[in-house]
Amino acid sequence: MTVKTLVLTGFGINCDQETHQAFACAGSDVTRVHLSDLLETPALLDGAHIFVVPGGFSYGDHVSSGKILANRLRHQLEVPLRQFVEKGKLILGICNGFQVLAKMGILPFFDGTVSQEVTLTTNESGRFENRWVHLAVPENTPCIWLKGITKFELPVRQGEGKLIVRNDAVRDRLHKEGLVALRYVRPDGAPAAGVFPFNPSGAEDDIAALCDPSGRIFGLMPHPEAFLDGMNHPEWTRLGLAEEGEGLALFRNAVEFARTSLC
Amino acid sequence: MPTHRIEVALRPEFKDPAGEALRAQVREDLNLEIGAVRVIDVFTLHAALTAEELERIRMDLFTDPIIEHSAVNASLAENFSCLIEVGYLPGVTDNAGRSAQEGIEDSLGRKLAQGEAVYKSTLYVFQDTDAETAKTIASNLLANELIEQYAIRTPEEMKALAGKSLLALPRVVEYAVPEVESIDLNLSDDALQQLSRDRMFALELGEMQVIRDYYNRADVQAHRRSIGLPDKPTDIEMEILAQTWSEHCKHKIFNAVIHYDEGNGKVRVIDSVFKSYIKKLTDEVGKRVPWLVSVFDDNAGIIQFDENHLFALKAETHNSPSALDPYGGAMTGIVGVNRDVLGAGLGFQCIFNTDVLCVASPFHDEEIPPRLLHPRRILRGAHAGARDGGNQSGVPNVNGALVFHERFLGKPLVFCGTGGLSPAYIQGRPAHKKAARPGDAIVMTGGRIGKDGIHGATFSSEALHEGSPATAVQIGDPITQKKMSDFLMEARDAGLYNCITDNGAGGLSSSVGEMAEKPGGAVIHLDKAPLKYAGLAPWEIFVSEAQERMTLAVPQETLGRFLDLAERRGVEATVLGAFNDSGYLECFYKGEQVASLDMDFLHHGLPRMELEACLAPSPDPVEVTAGEGKSDLTDDLLSLLGSLNICSKENFVRMFDHEVLGQSVLKQFQGVQHDGPGDAGVIRPLPDSYRGIAVSCGISPKYADLDAWSMTACAVDEAVRNLVAVGAAMGTIAGLDNFCWPDPVQSDSTPDGKHKLAQLIRSCEALYEICLTYDIPLISGKDSMKNDYRIGDTKISIPPTLLFTAAAIIEDTRRVVSVDVKQAGDRVYVLGDTLNEMGGSEYFTLQQISGGKAPTVDPKKARTLYEALNRAIQGGLVASCHDCSDGGLAVALAESAFAGNLGMDLSLEALGVEDGVTALFSESQSRFVVTVSPDHAEAFEAVLAGSPCYCVGVVTEEPLFQINCPDGRKISASLDVLRSAWKKTLNW
Repeated sequence: MTVKTLVLTGFGINCDQETHQAFACAGSDVTRVHLSDLLETPALLDGAHIFVVPGGFSYGDHVSSGKILANRLRHQLEVPLRQFVEKGKLILGICNGFQVLAKMGILPFFDGTVSQEVTLTTNESGRFENRWVHLAVPENTPCIWLKGITKFELPVRQGEGKLIVRNDAVRDRLHKEGLVALRYVRPDGAPAAGVFPFNPSGAEDDIAALCDPSGRIFGLMPHPEAFLDGMNHPEWTRLGLAEEGEGLALFRNAVEFARTSLC
Repeated sequence: MPTHRIEVALRPEFKDPAGEALRAQVREDLNLEIGAVRVIDVFTLHAALTAEELERIRMDLFTDPIIEHSAVNASLAENFSCLIEVGYLPGVTDNAGRSAQEGIEDSLGRKLAQGEAVYKSTLYVFQDTDAETAKTIASNLLANELIEQYAIRTPEEMKALAGKSLLALPRVVEYAVPEVESIDLNLSDDALQQLSRDRMFALELGEMQVIRDYYNRADVQAHRRSIGLPDKPTDIEMEILAQTWSEHCKHKIFNAVIHYDEGNGKVRVIDSVFKSYIKKLTDEVGKRVPWLVSVFDDNAGIIQFDENHLFALKAETHNSPSALDPYGGAMTGIVGVNRDVLGAGLGFQCIFNTDVLCVASPFHDEEIPPRLLHPRRILRGAHAGARDGGNQSGVPNVNGALVFHERFLGKPLVFCGTGGLSPAYIQGRPAHKKAARPGDAIVMTGGRIGKDGIHGATFSSEALHEGSPATAVQIGDPITQKKMSDFLMEARDAGLYNCITDNGAGGLSSSVGEMAEKPGGAVIHLDKAPLKYAGLAPWEIFVSEAQERMTLAVPQETLGRFLDLAERRGVEATVLGAFNDSGYLECFYKGEQVASLDMDFLHHGLPRMELEACLAPSPDPVEVTAGEGKSDLTDDLLSLLGSLNICSKENFVRMFDHEVLGQSVLKQFQGVQHDGPGDAGVIRPLPDSYRGIAVSCGISPKYADLDAWSMTACAVDEAVRNLVAVGAAMGTIAGLDNFCWPDPVQSDSTPDGKHKLAQLIRSCEALYEICLTYDIPLISGKDSMKNDYRIGDTKISIPPTLLFTAAAIIEDTRRVVSVDVKQAGDRVYVLGDTLNEMGGSEYFTLQQISGGKAPTVDPKKARTLYEALNRAIQGGLVASCHDCSDGGLAVALAESAFAGNLGMDLSLEALGVEDGVTALFSESQSRFVVTVSPDHAEAFEAVLAGSPCYCVGVVTEEPLFQINCPDGRKISASLDVLRSAWKKTLNW
């Protein structure tokens, strides 16, 4: 059976096209669904294995980034999304989508509880920036999206990427359970240790991504869908043209996981 | 109606980046050291809400539980010396307020009632700043009094307010709709001119007379009486004519008959510079290139991308609005040009933006004339507007420039460009063809109409003066536009409409008026138009330039589906009337006819201008040589690298999203540390094809005073060089011409108008000659002809400026080349000849030397070189390639070296230029710096045989940049020193 992916669009989401492309490249059937249609027909989720909230500026990031969309999903889709997760299905949030998942409280999803434990807020620099970063995957993460990946480079394009956790108890749990799925590092792999531009936002503990304890719900600030192609890399004209972009592996992992566990 | 106030802020234990950013800006822009600043977001709710509801909204929507705290009807500000609250004036677009209202409705599970609304404002809390300093900060940095209000309060004053609002509620007070007036034109000539000025018609006397004569015609009067209209024109008819006939819409100067005295006594007649140069050029080149699809007659130029796709390109200026409000002006510039592409053919998806800003030095330290803003404020504001407009629309910025010249103090130039892609056929229909048919519904989609942007078209058709209207200023709403463009792409693919165009200058009057030309008429009911607030006169509804609106012709058969889809997508769509073949544009308001204009008179009644041009004798090209002097020119190079027109703009560029859509192939910044300046942006729009688009720009106002021909030729050549440098082939390049000129019409206030018009002709001649030789058709363009400032005795006219935007289809993006040198041992070549052309150069500017000879372009010779270089690139022989422009060879070589993090050891003997200063800093055109692996050197030289190609040295492992000139002059600096000199100037 074919893996089916539902990519959310509408109201200022703007990376849906390349996110669609990413899952299609990874071998999934992809449908882009407008938020209005999904709110009207939540059963659309039933036919999908993977649900994605792409990057963009949902509702202009007014009030705070991702907040209004997060509230819409929480008020109107919490039950269907919880059921979606309970069936062992996958959820991805990229950039603004990660902000949405975090603020609606479905990440980190401790003990299956929808509750906001972290937030993403204005970068330390106070400005939106587009730059490439180095990322490392902590060994203990259960994140199925990052299976077999230890490090890669991706672009960030964010004004509110600084992750802050609720308190030290949450922080300890995130680290202990491997829910910190990606960390910003220096080009040589040493921790960014909060230093700009290696950690581009000032995110606490260099956290660039989180997953839930099952490893199936995943949110990240960098854009893997912006590196499907070797030519997307800023140095490809000096390093040589790779056959594919490093971001693609992540989507392939998810589609492969869904194929073996859900189809 | 009660008003509630919710304040939200970061809790005190968290650092406040917005407050810190303001503090830094106060330090940089105002030269003041101030203590801590905290920022509080304020939402004022003008709505009937219970205490329980307010609490729910506060927690559910406004307060981030991890980092924020908040208060209802109480202030969070404490331990402060004073505070400033900044909010909008009534009627100004408040995007955050509107989004917050949607969020509130979600949290409450109900809609707010009619008349209820949410307004956003911001409170800046200063720890140890006095009220006087706060006023300086408010008026210079925080608030633009044309669109914003502010209040400053001390702790005592705050206590007295007891949680009440500091600002007046920015609610538009509704007032009665003014009656439609009729306007008497049977007046003396003086009175006609006065009338045109007083009502912002911006029409010339001759034009007013033609309108008067039309209304005095017996047949016209008979027709008017038969439909119950007065003999005299109604106010709305005059407004329609004024905007349709404005310089902005009709390009009267480009279409004028010009008597041109070239200075030799002979006068020749030029029958429209547009037809004689621009259109003629494109017609001729069109016979040689097979890929032109639609030029000049749509919102954007359209060419073939591949067999199945079309590519649209357009650039616009938004100078006048940006002078008054840089943020709103630039934002509406970028979202406006996006709509041009969205409204080209049956609708194109926007795939990239370009942004070029021209301002005076941000370090300008003399007094600023009244009504002008400091260049630093313009730069920051316009950049932020273009950034937010592009980023929030999800369109990547791939190319652009920041250009500095002292005379942009009078009027900044804000150029916004957009490229778009569409399938070649939509449901079997050619995507570039469209036409409204009689019977089609006139549907307006997107935003609502307010008083914002009234008289934009006529306002931009005159100099900035004391009476320039604040209503011409507006703020964009990229999210409303994004929703609309998503919806329109769906409607397009479903084949739901026949024709589409955007509402830009002139608003509905322009969009409906233009679309009605094909069917031959239209009836429109202005009372059906959705308004932001009541109280607009019919004429205001029709000419308002309120943003985010498109006008469509929707067939009756698909109208239901169209409106239904719009509703599902949260996009407002309203039927305003229908197209017909009556021969008249007719407007009704509440059932009564208020306008009836003969379509033929409206579109063809404008008399052509007759103008005179005379080239003032140019100052003798002073033979200036840099002459004697020191032999070590390292400091000169470092100063040049740090000069405004050369230094790194990375901090500005990085704030643009340049990779959304995932199509990026060559970015603005390249090399080992991603900080070397790229020549052209390259994208690959289709995932299953290596075909790509390269886009670049050229702009050289600094040569304009020496010779408008050179200014133009250099702009075109620079744009083309940038494309050739990445691997574009001649014969694949399309161009856009955007002219920004000071008023070239001779008058009392413009005594040198004849010369400025002659400069325009010189410019068009250069454009024609260069593009013809390069086979570049001009597929679209625009002119902005009144870029002057005139208040009291102060007049500032911008230097005549052409922005040349160029795009090329790249057959195989795998072959493109970047600027950074790749490998130690590679040979360094200079392509193209270096001449003594130092006039207007960055080096002369630095040394404060005026005069000299501006660079010229030999297009035939250049074309031969460009073709050879392209063969070398396609053959894989070139490791790096960088265009040589501002600052000359030394700058281009240094940039290539530090981009690759490798040194260079160079000797310029081969160039055959005796004077080292000329060799290093002359800005001769059509040159490149290329590096080639020693393995390919022989083949490379063979391919370049017949063109000027000089090997000047090698790339070195040692991070040292050294140049020796035959006259003993030299440069020697480490890469770090070069890089930091280049980066520090605009490192804000």
